[in-house]
This record gives sequence, structure tokens and C-alpha cells, in this order.
Amino acid sequence: MANVVLEVKDLTTKYITRYKEDVYAVDHVSLKVEEGKSLGIAGESGCGKSTLALSLMGYYFPPLYYTSGEIIIDGLNISGMPADEVRRTILGKEIAYIPQAAMNALNPTRRIINFIEDVVKAHHPDTSKQEIYDLARERFALLGLPEDVLQKYPVELSGGMKQRTVIAISVILGPKILIADEPSSALDVTSQKMVIKMLRDLMDGGHIKAMIFITHELPLLYNVTDQIMVMYAGQLVELAGAHEAVFDPLHPYSKGLMGSIIVPEEGLRSAKLTAIPGTPPNLKNPPSGCRFAERCKYVRPECKAISVPLQESYGDRAYRCIIPEAELRGIYANERE
Amino acid sequence: MNENKPICLSAKGVTKIFGVGQHKMRAVDNVNMDLYVGEVVSIVGESGSGKTTLAKILLGLTKETEGEIYFLGQKRDLRGGKRKKEYWKNIQAIFQDPFSSFNTFNKIDSVLLDCIKLRGDGGLPKEKKIELMKEACGFVNLKFEELTNKYPFELSGGQQQRLMIARIFLLKPKILVADEPTSMIDACSRATILDYLMQLRNEVGMTVIFITHDIGLAYYVSDTVYIMEHGKIVESGSADRVILHPQEAYTRRLISDVPKIHEPWDLSTV
Repeated sequence: MANVVLEVKDLTTKYITRYKEDVYAVDHVSLKVEEGKSLGIAGESGCGKSTLALSLMGYYFPPLYYTSGEIIIDGLNISGMPADEVRRTILGKEIAYIPQAAMNALNPTRRIINFIEDVVKAHHPDTSKQEIYDLARERFALLGLPEDVLQKYPVELSGGMKQRTVIAISVILGPKILIADEPSSALDVTSQKMVIKMLRDLMDGGHIKAMIFITHELPLLYNVTDQIMVMYAGQLVELAGAHEAVFDPLHPYSKGLMGSIIVPEEGLRSAKLTAIPGTPPNLKNPPSGCRFAERCKYVRPECKAISVPLQESYGDRAYRCIIPEAELRGIYANERE
Repeated sequence: MNENKPICLSAKGVTKIFGVGQHKMRAVDNVNMDLYVGEVVSIVGESGSGKTTLAKILLGLTKETEGEIYFLGQKRDLRGGKRKKEYWKNIQAIFQDPFSSFNTFNKIDSVLLDCIKLRGDGGLPKEKKIELMKEACGFVNLKFEELTNKYPFELSGGQQQRLMIARIFLLKPKILVADEPTSMIDACSRATILDYLMQLRNEVGMTVIFITHDIGLAYYVSDTVYIMEHGKIVESGSADRVILHPQEAYTRRLISDVPKIHEPWDLSTV
């Protein structure tokens, strides 16, 4: 059994709105990431992907609040730790986060090396400037970034270069786990590939032990990650290996998602794209039964009545549907014909 | 391939130069293209390849430095507001960012009402106008009754993009320029937006120009694909020919950079 880098048990976090309503954006999510593995999180906008990423860091600030559950990073339980302590001891060192708009995260009036100095000094105050510079230069060379970037201002860099620089800065302290929240969605295909290559290099070079990758681009997720987790309305609805999740999804929602993949390959033009009708439920008062029932093609009367537990399948697979696995497969097989 | 169909819009030697002196930058460089009636065309390129500038020139929002544009066989002349308005009855656009495509101060019904005015039906009785708006909203599966008193920012990105399509449905232009219509919305709503666009195209029979960096999308929707690099069109032809059997090295590289699901993705060629 490989070393588990990150383990999350029944994590629930909520937003409290201006009108004192609770919105459970992450609802009893459990996951495990082993050393050397990457986990992909897929789902529609607003399904809780980014909130889950924020919650995993244990760094809560209003309106996001921790409710229950455990987060264990390499044996260290950080759930319930005060935000200040998390910032000083966990962020950057144990867990690094690349936000969605990473390209806008750099102060335009400072040089790249200044950001690196900030990060290192915050955790190791007695490091000298020369040491930091040497560390930065070595790390940049390793990741294929030119050294002169260090002396440049953020505006002098292209979008793809900025994104890669942000990644390099965020892993400078050698965190155990990297959370990348849509790191390439604002980039074109070539820069995207460079960013992905860099993340792969980080993994292969042992600079990070594990990675969580969030995106709604399924072909990308398929190529980057080992495991894919599909989220819907704050809940985990399917967890499977990357190959199974794309080619053999079990949950009707994942099935619908996989039907909307567009890749430039032969046979795409004849295939019909399947759009899932309707919109996700409002999480202020989520439906009592299955949250996907309103939009599900295979909905049954009992779906709306009982809350559906996560069903374990073979291996590491799990899905949240009351229809048994064999029956679901039968339905999908019929549909193909 | 569409030679027997009439030409709708054609560009002859269109060039756009930004800056002066040594800072001159040819954003669009000697582009020639013929768009046939009812055809779906994609212009594909990386960031900074000039595809949006080209779209703006075709739309008449930016003036070309050199070259001519012919609309239905006539040389386009956009001097004066009247001629522009007349031109924009025939050519409409959907933009990348749905959140900034609408005037924040106008309610949604007035957005749609403006479209009715633009197409020359401003004199219709009120009931008839509401009926038209209802029909347009129904087409994209939005409820007109829920929208009337809302402002565009109260809708989600996907809803706003659908509202944009409802505008196009009311105007029924001859040409639609869709500038990255799905790049800001997630993969799931993307299929919905494309569905509506294609339905609309079949209903109205308009020419659609997709500007995109998503090669999969270009392949899925279009008849003809143009590949742009540094303002020049490097390759063009039917979608099957260009995407599945690319001739130019640039096109081949671009296509190899897209993650696929049936073929391995080679990361070593960066």
C-alpha cells in the first residue's frame, strides 16, 4: 500500500450568506491521494470544485466556514486548525495552491525574484538573498524557465510564461501536495501543453508528492491525472480511474459529461453531442433525494424520496446512484444500439 | 466544395497594421477568403494570431488598413451611421465574454426590444412585440416572464450567452460572427450553446463564422477551417482535410498540442 499523502474524511464546509443562510458547497466529501498520484476533479461551474480546493487547504476565511470532517496531510491532521496557524505552517510548505487567475496574482510593480524572496522569507526568515537567488535559479533551470525571468516584471511575461512562473514560485518550498485550480483554462493549446509538461516534471522530479488538478476540460483531465472525481452540487458523484471515468462512466451525470467531450479526432462529427438539460439545484435548499434527479434521464420515483449513499464498486470506484451497477450498464448498452 | 452556392462575404487582401514607424505590427496580413451562403467557417489560431482583429474587420468595428470586403457582391461601404446600421442588420456577433456583452443599465426586455427596433419592427403593437420576445426566449429555453424585470448581470454566464443567441434569433442576420462563444463557459453548457447555435443556423440559413482556439470545436461545427498564424492564413480547406490530414507543419503542431482521448498525448514535443 502506497503512502497516502492526503486523506479527507467526510469533509463538509459551508458558506454563510448575507441573509444568514447556510450553503453547503462541499457536502461530505471523502478522498485519498497516494504518493506519486494525481487526482482530477471535474464538474460544472458552481458544483463546488474550487470550494473543495480551498477547503482542502484548511485555510478558511469568511464567508467560507469549516463544519465537520477531517483533513490529514501526510499524517498531520489540520482540520480545525486556526487560519493563522495554517497560513504560517501549512500553506506553501505542506500544500500549495495555484488559483484560477494565477496570472493576475503577481503585483505588477515587483520583480519575480521579489515574490520568491517573500515566500522563502515568510517560512525561513534567516535565509540570505544569495541563497534564495541560487535556489530560485536552480529551480527555474530545472523546470525549463529562462533565468532572466527572475529579474523581470510580470507585465514583461506572456500569459503562459506568467502561469508557469506562478507554479514555479508556489512549489519553491517543496510542498507535499499541489492543488491546481484550472491552471490552463485561460491559455491557448500550446501554452497549456507547456504548463501541463511542467506539472508532470514536478511530479516526476519528486518536487511534489501528489497533485490535485481541477478543470472542466475532460480530455485534459484524462491525459493528466490518474484518478477522476466527478462532483455535482457539492457532492462526490463518481470516483474512478481516469480511463474508466471517461470510457465507462457509471453515474448518469458523468455519463452526460463524457458525452459532451469535443476532441479533434475522426468520428467526432458523426457523433452527437449530448447536452444535459436543466440547471443544477440551488444549494440553499438542496433537494432531499438524489440531487441530480431533476435532470436525470433514468429518474425513478424513489430517487427523489431517499438520500442516495455513495456505492462502492470494484477497486477504488464509487458512484452515487440507486440503480445497481449491472442495471446501469445494461441501460447504457441498450442506448448505444 | 460549395462552389455552386453564391458568395456571401469575401475579403480581398485585407491587412490591418497597428502602430507606426518601427512599432508597426501587421495583425492581419493579406487575408483572402470567400464565404458562401449557409456555410459554417472556423478561423483557428493561437492567442495573438489576429483572429479577433479579423473578426472585427469583418464586422465593421475596426477599419482595415488595406484591402476590400465585398458583401453579397457589393463593395462594402461603411461611411456614415446609416450605412453601418444597415450593414449590422445583416451581420451580427456573439462575443467571448458574456458578462460584458450587455449594457449593464438596460433591462433584458429592453435589450430584446432594441433588436426588434433594429430589424425595423419598431412600429408593431406592444402585444405583438412581447409575443416575438417570448418566442425568442423560448427558442433558447429561457422563460421570458422571469427575465423581464432583471438586469443582465443577474443571469449566469450560460444564460447570458443564451440570451445573446435569442437576440440573434430576433434579428435573423445573414452572417453571424461568433468570437469564442464558448470559451468562458464550462464544457457541459458548451454543448447546449452549440446546439442552439446550430439549430438557429439551420432555421435561418445564415453563414456562421466561428473564431476559436478550440480545434475540437472547430472540427465539430464547421464545413471549412482556416488556420491563422501571425496574421496570415497558413492553411484552409474542408474541416476533414485540415484537421485530420493537415499539410502545414504549423497546423500539425497545433493539432498535436490538443489533448485527445483516443490517441496518446505526446508531452515531449513542447
